Formats: sequence, C-alpha cells, structure tokens
Amino acid sequence: MTKEVGLSHVTVEFGDYTAVDDAHLTIAGGEFFSFLGPSGCGKTTILRCISGFQEPSYGKLLIGGRDMRGIGPNKRPTALIFQNLALFPLMSVAENIAFPLEVRGVGKKERRRRADELLELIALPGQGDKRVDALSGGQKQRVAIARALAVEPDILLLDEPLSALDLKLRQHMRTELRAIQKQVGLTFIYITHDQGEALTMSDRVAVMSRGKIQQVADPATVYNAPATGFVASFVGENNMFEGRIAAPAGPDGTAEVDLGLGARVRVQAAPGLGAGEAVQVFVRPEALEPGGTAPNRLTARLEKVEFEGAMRHLLLRAADGTALRVSQVNTGGDAGPGPDAPVELGFAPAQAIALPPSELARAG
Amino acid sequence: MRGRLLTGGYLLLFFAYLFGPLVIMIGTAFNSAGFPRLSPWECFTTNWFGRLLADDRLLTGLGNSLLIGLGVVIVSTPIGLAAALMLSQVGAKLRATLYTIFIAPILVPGVVIGLSTLIFWDRVGGALDAGYDTLFYDGFFLTILGQVTFISAYSMLVFLSRLQRFDPTLTEAALDMGATPTQAFVKILLPFVAPAIGSAAVLAFLASMENYNTTVFTVVSESTFTTVLASKVRYGIDPSISAIAVIIVGLTLMAALTYEAAQQRTALAGRIAGNPVLRRLMHPAPVGLLLVVLAGVAVWGGSRVDSSACEAQVLEEKRALQEQYRTAPTPSSPAPDTPAAPRDGGAAPASPFSPGNLAPGGDGGEAPSPAAPASPFAPGNLAPGGGEESEAPASPFAPGNLAPGSD
Repeated sequence: MTKEVGLSHVTVEFGDYTAVDDAHLTIAGGEFFSFLGPSGCGKTTILRCISGFQEPSYGKLLIGGRDMRGIGPNKRPTALIFQNLALFPLMSVAENIAFPLEVRGVGKKERRRRADELLELIALPGQGDKRVDALSGGQKQRVAIARALAVEPDILLLDEPLSALDLKLRQHMRTELRAIQKQVGLTFIYITHDQGEALTMSDRVAVMSRGKIQQVADPATVYNAPATGFVASFVGENNMFEGRIAAPAGPDGTAEVDLGLGARVRVQAAPGLGAGEAVQVFVRPEALEPGGTAPNRLTARLEKVEFEGAMRHLLLRAADGTALRVSQVNTGGDAGPGPDAPVELGFAPAQAIALPPSELARAG
Repeated sequence: MRGRLLTGGYLLLFFAYLFGPLVIMIGTAFNSAGFPRLSPWECFTTNWFGRLLADDRLLTGLGNSLLIGLGVVIVSTPIGLAAALMLSQVGAKLRATLYTIFIAPILVPGVVIGLSTLIFWDRVGGALDAGYDTLFYDGFFLTILGQVTFISAYSMLVFLSRLQRFDPTLTEAALDMGATPTQAFVKILLPFVAPAIGSAAVLAFLASMENYNTTVFTVVSESTFTTVLASKVRYGIDPSISAIAVIIVGLTLMAALTYEAAQQRTALAGRIAGNPVLRRLMHPAPVGLLLVVLAGVAVWGGSRVDSSACEAQVLEEKRALQEQYRTAPTPSSPAPDTPAAPRDGGAAPASPFSPGNLAPGGDGGEAPSPAAPASPFAPGNLAPGGGEESEAPASPFAPGNLAPGSD
C-alpha cells in the first residue's frame, strides 16, 4: 500500500532559472514528510515533479523503485491536494469525492457507497448532496482530502492546504491531518512555508532555500542542530552574531569564538572549522538568559519589551549595534528590567552553534 | 434637485433616442396608410401582417437566413471554442500575437470579406474545373464560410471571457485524480463553458441573421432575409416592413423575458429553494409559456380585426376632400391632383359632382354623361386645352365646346 519516493539528483530548470538544484533524498513508505521553505524555494516544483505535472530536467524520480519518467499524472499512484483545493464547483460534495471513481468507470451505486464511506471518515456524514459552496473552509479541506483518498493513492501530496484557513482552524487541522495519516497509513508529502506546521506534523523535514535542500532531518534536529545558517535563521527565531574561530572544536564539540561585539564565547561547532575562520554564531532567544550563571556572557542595552501572552520578548541592542532578542516565559508579576537598563545575558555552550557564514541567514 | 431634473431629462432623451424609432415603426405597422407613417392616422389594421405572410420572396429569404444561421452556429462555435482554448493555454507573448490574428476578421470590413470569399472560392472552383452548380458557387456554402470568418471571432471572445474565470488547477486536479485529458475536458471544462456555448450560439445566430455586407456578395443567386429586405427598400416600401419589425421586437422581448426569468431564478435560488410554488412559478418554462400564449392571443385577436369598413370610409373621405378642392371657387388654381383623379374612378362616377367628370381630357373618349355639366360654371369647363381627344360632344353644351383651343 505504501511506497517510498526517491529523488535521485533531481534538477528542474526553467530557461536560465534553476528551480530545483540537485535534490537527492528518499522518503520512506508511510512517512509524514515535509518540504519547508519560503515561497519560491522550489518546494512546489518538487511536488509537481512527484505528481507528474513537471518532468525533471535532470535526474530521476522513483516511486516504489520505478522510474516515473513519461508517466502522466493520471497514471501515477499519487493524489495531490491543491493549495486552493480545486474542488469542482459544479458538482456536489459526493460527486467531487466520487470523481476519481467515476473516471475509472466505477458504477454509480458503488461510487455513492464509497463516497458515503469517505464522508464518514472525514466526519461529514450525510452531507454528500450539499453544494461545495455551502461548506465552510475546514469542511472543504476535508472534502479535498476525501477526494484524494478516493483515488486510493500510495502517496498523498499536500500543497500548503492549510494556508487559506484561519489560525484556530489551522491548528485543529494539523492534528486532524496527522490523525488521518496515522489512520490510513499512507505516505504524506507536505509542502509548507509554515515551520509550525512542518515541525508539529512531520516525521522528517526537508528545509529548502533557492532550489537547494539545506537539511533533511527530524523536526528536533532541524531546530536544535541546524545544518546551515539558513536553517538556523529560517526555522524558529535566532540571534545571529558574526565572529571568528579562536580555538577549533575539541573532543567535546565546542570551539572558542571571538564575537564581533567583543566577547569570547564557547559554542558548538563542526570540527572542520579551523582557527581564524569566519563563522556565524546562532543563539535561540529562549537560550539567552538575563543574569544567570552560564559561562558565555554578553552585555546589551534594553530597548523595548514585547508582551505576547504566554511569552515576553526583550529587544536589546549590543554595544556594536547588533540587535538581540530574548524570550522569557511570562511568569506574571515580575515587571522585568526598565528601558535603557544595561542587561547582562548568559547562555550555555550547548545552546549555541557556530556555522560557516551564509548570506541567506537573516540577522535578528 | 436641479441635478436630478437634468439627469431625468437626459435619461428621457437617451431613451427617446434609443427606442423612439422602434416605437414609431411599431405604430406604422398598424396604420392602413400605404406608406409607413404615423400621421395622418387612417385605420387600425393588421392587414400588413397578412401581406407579409403572403410575400413568398421574403419567406424564402427568411428560410434561407435561418438555414445559414444554423450552419454558421454549427461551424463557428467549435472554431471559437478551439481558438479561445488555445489562447488560454499559450504563453503571454504568443497569446498577444494570436489574439490579434484571431480578431482581425472583425476589423476587416464585411464587404471585403464578402468579396474575397466570393473571389477565392471562384478561383478554387475554376482551378478544379468545377461547374457553376458545384459547392464553390453555392450561395449557402459561400455565405456560411464568409460569415464564419468573423462570427467565429465573436464566439471566441465570448468563450475567452468565460475561460478567464476558469481555474486551470481544476483540470490538473482531474488529471491527478486519474482522469484522461479527454475526461478532464468533457467532465470539468465543458460543463464550466456550457453557458458560454449558449451565448456564443445565440450571438452567432443573430450576427448571421442580420448580416448584409458580407452576405450580399456571397449569397450569389440565392436570397436571404436581409437581401430581400434591402431590395424591398430599394423598390418601394410599404408597412409590411414595419410588421416584420413588430414580429422581431416581439420575439426578442419574449426571449429576453424568459432569459431574465431564468437569471432571476438563479439569483434567488437560495431563497426560493424551499418554496415549491414559487420555485415552479419562477421557472423560465411557465414564463416562456405565458408569453407564447399572450403572443398567440395577440395574433388571434389581430387576425380578427376587420378594417375594411374603416378603410372604405377613409377612401370616401379622401374623395370628399378632393371634391372639396374641386368645387372650391378657385378657377385660377385647379386642384393639383385633378389629373390623377380619373384613374380612381374609371367607371362612371356615382355622383355627377365627382371631379372625374369634369376633368379635361377624360380617359380616351369616354363621353361625358349627358347630365354632367350640371353647372356651366364648373371649373373644368373653363380649363384651357382640355378634351383634345374627345370626339364631338353629344351635347352642344358639353364643356369641351366652350373650351378655347379645342378642335
């Protein structure tokens, strides 16, 4: 039932523009796999390659070990859920869901029976005769999933299907999608620019930028041990400092780095980074702690406090002008330091990472 | 306040400009006067409709027009759809070029299209040594081809505006769901385009029906509604042309109202769905049926109008009027229409006072009745140069005798 998807050095070019640059990875059968990246990073092109709307310029696409070149989208064991859902407006809900069966020549009675079954699965029983327009956003979402499932695909592809929903519904649908995936046990390939969606639902995430796959890992690794500066800055918030290696990484995996703003800190670093090499050091806002006893120390001036309910964000500026962001859990009562107060920050070596410099990393 | 008055006045003028000619033409269809006019109003009559129905040339032309219109619809709708589909699928640059090419026939004068169609197929026929009874010289064939060149561009525009609202991912979704390209076309795109097929067909049919410029060349020896009408206008018109206008306006109104009913029904779909009575009432079928019945009643009522009595009376009045001119004591200026009068009353006039009797040179030697010159002072008597052809008068008192210069 489930099949693995293999991308073997897939490159897609549109004229001079390289949309996907040498994507090489394998998605296991039954896996919930996400492609995460900003718009224009090539993730949708990869999806279109898998679904068959786009042939790779170079490289091979394998589904269940079989080369898919020359096989049209209607002959592949995939079903795609479009960003705008692409429900057929002139058909009823049941007709929409049964469309894949209709084009396969399944009889009318059987189609209706199957559509009712799927309506049951997506918790919309007895709504088959409604017009598609009469459904709410979340219901349309589920109808689109049911229609894709009616194909009985081995692989379900989802192209930012939640982007049109409001926040509450989006969070609800995350849980629901994951539940449906567990229930039907299919390979889900999910495209999103929303790291929250990617991190909460996926077994593994591929982070993409400018057509290149930056890192393929489970969500915790992507967050805690980003492979590139882009991943570090794109996934979650991060403080970035320019610096130079003072002493290369020892056996404990930490190196000493001179930061541009005048402090010497000990952070995690790849062993390949030699002394004197320029690096970017990333520290999560929640890893920075005012006061404390952590060995790495920084001093900055508080500029502003942002209050966000459960969290509180301190916006600071270091002596050389670097903007800093510190996130604290709101414990209530504590008003925190006043504006313009100098704040001493500390962070543990395990919570900071030095990476080769990347122009894609965004400061702050 | 003043602004509203101005707006109202402008609207009034605008509508008068739009519909004034129509209203007048409809009025003339029911006036018994021999030339289409409203004033003087003579009698309310429906005879012009009867005259119309008896006009074989016009009916043949109408039949031909319907046939050609049907042919044009059948040919131009698929061509227009294909062109629109192509335009919606090619890149922006190619689209601009193709668009210009596709709508060029609309910009070319119809006369040019007509002539070039005629000449082109004549050359083709000539090259193939085809006789004049072949397709290349057939009015129907040439007219359909000639009209299709530009009417298919109209159809394309209709389809294009519909296709612009089509979401191409629907087709992709259908393909992804396992549909073949043909299935995706038939089950997804075609139902979406269906309303436009209807409008394009109606537009094509109407454009074909009313076309003259192209048709007058391509129709060769056949005739269509418009060419018959045009020749009618050239050789003298009577109000049966207005009768045609009334019928066309009536049919248009019926179609428009039925269509509007259908539109309203869609707009109100949500509100009337739960009300079975309203739902049936709002259905375009009963609305159309009602209109057909109304039209039938109008035709039946019209066919029973007998205006002959009124027309006879009007004729009588005219005669009386002429008589009045005649008898008016203005010897120096005889009634202008006297010479025409005798043609009216070829037979012996019923009244000795009728002007015909007194006309000089009365038709070929018909002897004036003995009682004719009831008054020796009748102006005819004094008319110079009258009665040249008349034989010797039966009575020495006959007017001719006294006329100077009569031989």
